[in-house]
Amino acid sequence: MAQRGIREFDAKRMLAEHGPKYIGKDFSYDGKLVLVTPKTDMKKLAKEYPWLEKTKLVVKPDQLFGKRGKHKLLLVDADWKKAQKWIKDRMNKKVKVGKVEGKLTHFLIEPFFPHKEEFYIAMKSERDGDVVYFSKEGGIYVEENWDKVIQIPVPILQTLTQAKFEKACAKVLNKTQMKLLAPFAVGLFKFYRQLNFAYLEINPFAVSGKNVVPLDFVGKLDDTGVFESGLLWGDVEFPVSFGMTYTKEEEYIKTLVEKSGSSLKLTILNPKGRVWTMVAGGGASVIYADTIVDLGSAKELANYGEYSGNPSTDETYEYAKTIMDLMTRGKPNPKGKFLLIGGGIANFTDVAKTFKGINMAFSDYADKLKKHNVKIYVRRGGPNYKEGLRNIEKHVKDLGLPIEVYGPETHMTKIVKWALEGKI
Amino acid sequence: MAKKDYDIFTPKTRAIVFGMQTNAVQRMMDFDYVAKRKKPSVACIVNPGRTTTHRAFWGDKEVMIPVWPDIATALANHKDVDVMVNFASMRSSYGTSKEALETDQIRTVIIIAEGVPEHRTRELVALAAKKNKVIIGPATVGGVAAGAFKIGNTGGTIDNIVECKLHRPGSVGFVSKSGGMSNEMFKMCALNTDGIYEGIAIGGDKFPGSTLLSHLIRYEANPKIKMLVCLGELGGDEEYKIRDAVKSGKIKKPLVMWVTGTCAKAFPSGVQFGHAGAKADAEAETADAKNKALKEAGIYVPKSYDDFGELIHDVYVEKVCKGKEPADKAEVVTKTPMDYKQAVKEGLVRKPTSFVTTIADDSGEELLYAGVPISEVIEGDYGLGGVISLLWFKKKLPKWATDFLELCIQITADHGPCVSGAHNAIVTARAGKDMISALVSGMLTIGPRFGGAVDGAARIFKWAVENDYEPNDFVKEMKSKNVNIQGIGHRIKSTTNPDKRVELLKDYAHANFPDTRLLDYALEVEKITTSKKNNLILNVDGTIGILFVDLMWTCGKFTPEEVDEIVEIGYLNGLFVLGRSIGMMGHYFDQRRLKSGLYRHPMDDVLYMLPDESEL
Repeated sequence: MAQRGIREFDAKRMLAEHGPKYIGKDFSYDGKLVLVTPKTDMKKLAKEYPWLEKTKLVVKPDQLFGKRGKHKLLLVDADWKKAQKWIKDRMNKKVKVGKVEGKLTHFLIEPFFPHKEEFYIAMKSERDGDVVYFSKEGGIYVEENWDKVIQIPVPILQTLTQAKFEKACAKVLNKTQMKLLAPFAVGLFKFYRQLNFAYLEINPFAVSGKNVVPLDFVGKLDDTGVFESGLLWGDVEFPVSFGMTYTKEEEYIKTLVEKSGSSLKLTILNPKGRVWTMVAGGGASVIYADTIVDLGSAKELANYGEYSGNPSTDETYEYAKTIMDLMTRGKPNPKGKFLLIGGGIANFTDVAKTFKGINMAFSDYADKLKKHNVKIYVRRGGPNYKEGLRNIEKHVKDLGLPIEVYGPETHMTKIVKWALEGKI
Repeated sequence: MAKKDYDIFTPKTRAIVFGMQTNAVQRMMDFDYVAKRKKPSVACIVNPGRTTTHRAFWGDKEVMIPVWPDIATALANHKDVDVMVNFASMRSSYGTSKEALETDQIRTVIIIAEGVPEHRTRELVALAAKKNKVIIGPATVGGVAAGAFKIGNTGGTIDNIVECKLHRPGSVGFVSKSGGMSNEMFKMCALNTDGIYEGIAIGGDKFPGSTLLSHLIRYEANPKIKMLVCLGELGGDEEYKIRDAVKSGKIKKPLVMWVTGTCAKAFPSGVQFGHAGAKADAEAETADAKNKALKEAGIYVPKSYDDFGELIHDVYVEKVCKGKEPADKAEVVTKTPMDYKQAVKEGLVRKPTSFVTTIADDSGEELLYAGVPISEVIEGDYGLGGVISLLWFKKKLPKWATDFLELCIQITADHGPCVSGAHNAIVTARAGKDMISALVSGMLTIGPRFGGAVDGAARIFKWAVENDYEPNDFVKEMKSKNVNIQGIGHRIKSTTNPDKRVELLKDYAHANFPDTRLLDYALEVEKITTSKKNNLILNVDGTIGILFVDLMWTCGKFTPEEVDEIVEIGYLNGLFVLGRSIGMMGHYFDQRRLKSGLYRHPMDDVLYMLPDESEL
């Protein structure tokens, strides 16, 4: 649970749907938007959205990265035929954006909107309030002209008022602009708060008569706000950062937690890595990873993950099985592998109960783990840790696997040193 | 004595626990007991809408903790409370915390829930700041003031609390984001110093209710705290504020600090660590940059987490003990009695049991019927007859025998609405009673005259055969004793109107039983009785009882003693009861479906024959 980026498509869709409610009935951004995915049938699209064939279009990838113009991933003023070809040429192709390489899979199509002036507005959450950023000189050079950006801090128990905005922007906006933009900013701020946005940036937006048209929109939602704003969000998607994809196993672990109050996380860093971790606790798991990297084994670190919040025996079983399955794929590495089952001294997680699930997984994977020459190191404390440690040691030894087991009397990350030093 | 602002928890602090978290309450009270508090730290529990009491242990005694329906009532009843430990869910944490912060009485609110929307927490932060109050959390286990007050589940088990020296104050002020790591750090501090004075986990959210710095500032002001330990994390800029506080002299006490997440440089961007706030969006937010900045400001920063403990030790000896290695003080720790459940788990206690069972076991991973796993029962096609043989007789009977059991149940399932049992069930159903009542009122008619002759018949015929009575002599003997032979006779069935059910049972037995000695004997008896009166036939009850004896005699699974016992205990009537309950329930459902009204027996169907007054 955290702040998570959403697609420009979703952000604009929400603005089109809820904008009039917060900004006023004059706000009439029409939200003509089409999201093209690898599954989209382009032929049907034109029937469903007749405007595609009637207007000039803008097309760009919609995958949580910006500066698309700079990376030559922006098509403007194109007709439908050209737009289709442009997408077809790029769909499922790998491109490099900055340092990150990834596959293009989602494209946003909108009507092309010729304009002269480009404005900038953004809202950002900070601990004691939100900050509204506004500039008359938006667009790609806003960062270079950052000194021209007006900042309006709004304390959390207050809201952005028209007076506050007018006062802050009095010097840069003329009367007509102010009459349009002050209510827009005030309404947009309500939209931002009511929909649990953590970050919002419209850069640039254009003005046409009485209308405000967002040209580019970056949004991050606080996903914990789902029970307050979920209905307003509609069918929103939280895509992974560009260049990242979830493996089947990562997806599986994600679905496991959706159903429970406990927390399971898994990120695969290097499926061929020789050091696998299964660490309890959000804080401890980071420290284990730190220690492995500190010892120079970053390249061999196969995964990052954690389990916490007193998961059930079944949940730990599924989690452990997933990791053991991943680490015993392919041809055995002649140098062997390491499984570090670590964790701090738990406050209330029942160690015996969670270890029972791990033991069940060991039973299932004993032969494979042997074949891959896996050495197991355990360090854990907390409720029923004695029983848990005794059981895991006996069980794994009975299965004929090498294991070393340590309790809270041993420094938490010592097992990393003992396991890896001189052996990697 | 008025509390100082820096002391939010003292040995006199009393709290409301919001939410029926009985384990956490007990852990707090166990801590209080080893910390030698005079009163439990939990003054009361708030469980929305309920007014009751909760029993908890205070040492080896039980005490009552009041449970109130809302915060206002709780505060009105406990004037000494100034802390609320809020276990409300992520949905209701905001509302309940706000309510508590708005009171004059509550000074500190701890929010345990993970997943509270950020802007809601920020509202609470602003509210707390306005009223000069402290929030700990959300998404935390809480924290502990050693020897004084423990929040909820912090510190784990009581053994761990003593091992981490949390039952009496030390001189280290500790703060971290991670609740899971706080316990680990209490231990580290206990191993390398005289232990912590106070340790707080502010929670892993991006905008926590209180910050690392705010607690360090509190510790700085507290003269009993001699040194500070802090565990930071990548993401955000909190650590820079701490650096600035050290640089500007706001923090003067020795501070040992480590920022975790140094591994992030080896990871692809976009990895979200365990905590919501743990993601570096800029170079300055990385752990390496923070550790470097802290070190440059003169804060004690270890080379890695592995050296953290050693550095804490060195700083403690040099700065707090002025170079002298501290001697360990011997101390007597109050023992907390172990929970019975825990003692059982560790194999420390035993007691004789009050119940014994030998037929079914649900205590393991899979339900067992007489030792057979339920999956084997289903996959092995045991059928209803097989289940009955397991649960009643603890035997695996051959297929012809279990099929016979099923045949009995099918045959006895119902016999129309007019028989006693069904009639009673119908009348009860029509009186508007529930299914169980209707079933039971029907069941209660089962006995020697209705359906309950199965055991009696088995008993009497078995006795006759075992005592070598010729059928003729047996009938005579019964006649002389003026006893009806159970299993013989029917109200309407006769030799001219034979009972089809009996025919079916006999046919099955002759075709499938290895031997039908007792049935053959009973049929000889029937010949004699029907010659006297043509409705003195072998009836259904009798046939079932007799055939069951044949079954036991011939299947090779029962010893003679077992056969005696089964006939004696009354197993065989069970077959009739089991079968007929299907029918009785059917009649109940039928009457409900028909929406039949209350039954009243017609008066012209009753002969009224009251005595004349003169006869009294």
